[in-house]
Amino acid sequence: MANVMNVHSSVPTDAGSRHPVAIAGLNHWFGEGEARKQVIFDVNMRIEGGSLTILMGPSGSGKTTLLTLAGCLRDVQEGSVKMFGQELYGASERELVANRRRMGFIFQAHNLHESLTATQNVMMGLEVHGRDDRGRYLEASHHLLGLMGLGDRFDYLPSNLSGGQKQRVAVARALVGNPDIVFADEPTAALDKDSGGRVIRMLKRLGAERGTTTVMVTHDNRILELADRVVTLEDGRVVDDSAH
Amino acid sequence: MTNALARVLGRLPIGWLQLVHSKTRLAAAVAGVAFANVLVFVQLGIFGALSETILVTYELFDADILISANDANTFLEGSNVARQRTYQALTVPGIAAALPVYTALTEWTQDDGNTSSLQVIGIDPGAARFLRQDLRERIPELAILNTALLDVNTRGVDAELMDTVKSGRSIDFELNGRTITIRGAVSFGGGFTADGYLFVSDQTFLRIFQKRISGAPDHILLKATAGAGVAAIVDQLNLIFPRDNLRVRTLERAAQEDLAYQTTERPIGLIFGFGVVIGVIVGIVIVYQVLSTDVADHMREYATFKAIGYRQRFFLGIVLEEAVILALFGFAPGISISWFIYGVLGQKSGLPLEMSVATATMVLIGTILACTFSGGIATRRLASADPADLF
Repeated sequence: MANVMNVHSSVPTDAGSRHPVAIAGLNHWFGEGEARKQVIFDVNMRIEGGSLTILMGPSGSGKTTLLTLAGCLRDVQEGSVKMFGQELYGASERELVANRRRMGFIFQAHNLHESLTATQNVMMGLEVHGRDDRGRYLEASHHLLGLMGLGDRFDYLPSNLSGGQKQRVAVARALVGNPDIVFADEPTAALDKDSGGRVIRMLKRLGAERGTTTVMVTHDNRILELADRVVTLEDGRVVDDSAH
Repeated sequence: MTNALARVLGRLPIGWLQLVHSKTRLAAAVAGVAFANVLVFVQLGIFGALSETILVTYELFDADILISANDANTFLEGSNVARQRTYQALTVPGIAAALPVYTALTEWTQDDGNTSSLQVIGIDPGAARFLRQDLRERIPELAILNTALLDVNTRGVDAELMDTVKSGRSIDFELNGRTITIRGAVSFGGGFTADGYLFVSDQTFLRIFQKRISGAPDHILLKATAGAGVAAIVDQLNLIFPRDNLRVRTLERAAQEDLAYQTTERPIGLIFGFGVVIGVIVGIVIVYQVLSTDVADHMREYATFKAIGYRQRFFLGIVLEEAVILALFGFAPGISISWFIYGVLGQKSGLPLEMSVATATMVLIGTILACTFSGGIATRRLASADPADLF
């Protein structure tokens, strides 16, 4: 992982802190007026630095909402979400964006830019940190794609890649900037067993070597045994929280 | 191109890559911008020709001051001026000479049945110094009654007939029931008021237009003595003359006022001015439509970039990058087609349609600004790109 870039080394980081994500008394609602519906009920959770935490639960249980709240993609309505010690409740857009730059996102859908090649898509995960030596960005992007088994697909457009290959490019995009924390939603859903295993092993390795924390929503039972912790939600409440 | 843009922008040229990825959309957008450019160029060309043909009448003369009737908004319009004002003006210190000018429109029906409208200008052939240099040596020829100099650029004249005029041979023709001999050709060019000019002596003019009288010219031209302050003379003449029926202006100001009147208050000027506005609006709408669709089609990708941590100005940069590329790509065919149209239209109409560097630069800058404006509006849709929806 030597070529994964430490692009935000200048950002104050406490990624190695014991609990990069600390959630307390979190409630969340969707809709307004009579249509207002509570989807998260008094969730309390601390996530260990460098760990792989899996969120499980049936559809509509609130796991994805929890992921987006912790991922600075939604405003915290009630309760506290601290990211690297910084309170997200009432945080400004600028602060949320600065936090997001320390994160890596892997979506269920790859969401690759159709006009950009695999390399260019991965480079987007680096360019967000500003102008730098493009040669270094290129080298880091190629390195990550190589680790994903896409060394012969650098200049391919997404339309010329299989579903699994696209997802691996998306994973490379999320990891190339050496994020402090990775939020992933069903990252292995589109991958075969080998590719899925490769992605999870890489996340685990990042956790062990660099202290990268991973929070993942998945229904993939093959991964459960690799997780440090599995949190199960039902109807917006944590019903089980077990360390592995 | 991608590498060059990446060096200029300091980032991946996503706007460029998006445009070239959808080649059909790029072609449609470039065609749209080019079409808007052609609209604007043609309207500006005709508008410019209108302006030029208005000014050319004034440029025929070499004088400092013009006395006209108060209602003379153009050179051809308005009441007459009493010739006695000529002598009155000459009493003012600093006035070296004065010349009554007669002008009117008439129809010239040729032997083949074709009709051309002529703006006839009549002056004293002994006052050549009131004319621009190239006319001075020709005007004494008009001392012979019923002779004229014809504008070789007059529209609707049989080519063979015009060749005869150009060769210097005299030809006779009938104008308002009087036989006029054309003794030579001069070159002015037709405009929007008439197909061409006909220069005659004041005496010939009064024979062609028998209802006109020598005591009532249309304008009076004045030449100031060397070193005299023209502005001060104009002020003094305005004190002497009744301001409710006469206007005294420098010749240059009269030309500018005529131009302003015809381009902003007469339908023809308004139509072409409006045409330019329509062209700009068409361009803005087309580019907005293309960019807006482009933004809508990439909403998920933009939302992903937002999640990664890209700020709003990054997206604005992408859309503006696309806007400027479309402006430049659309301008190139736009100016080429317009150039061709200028040539054809100029040849057919006789209008002085000219593609000046200033006009081309102005349209290019206008195109970039209009496309940028469209891009700015299109980015408003980006606000709805919510990264939370990606999960």
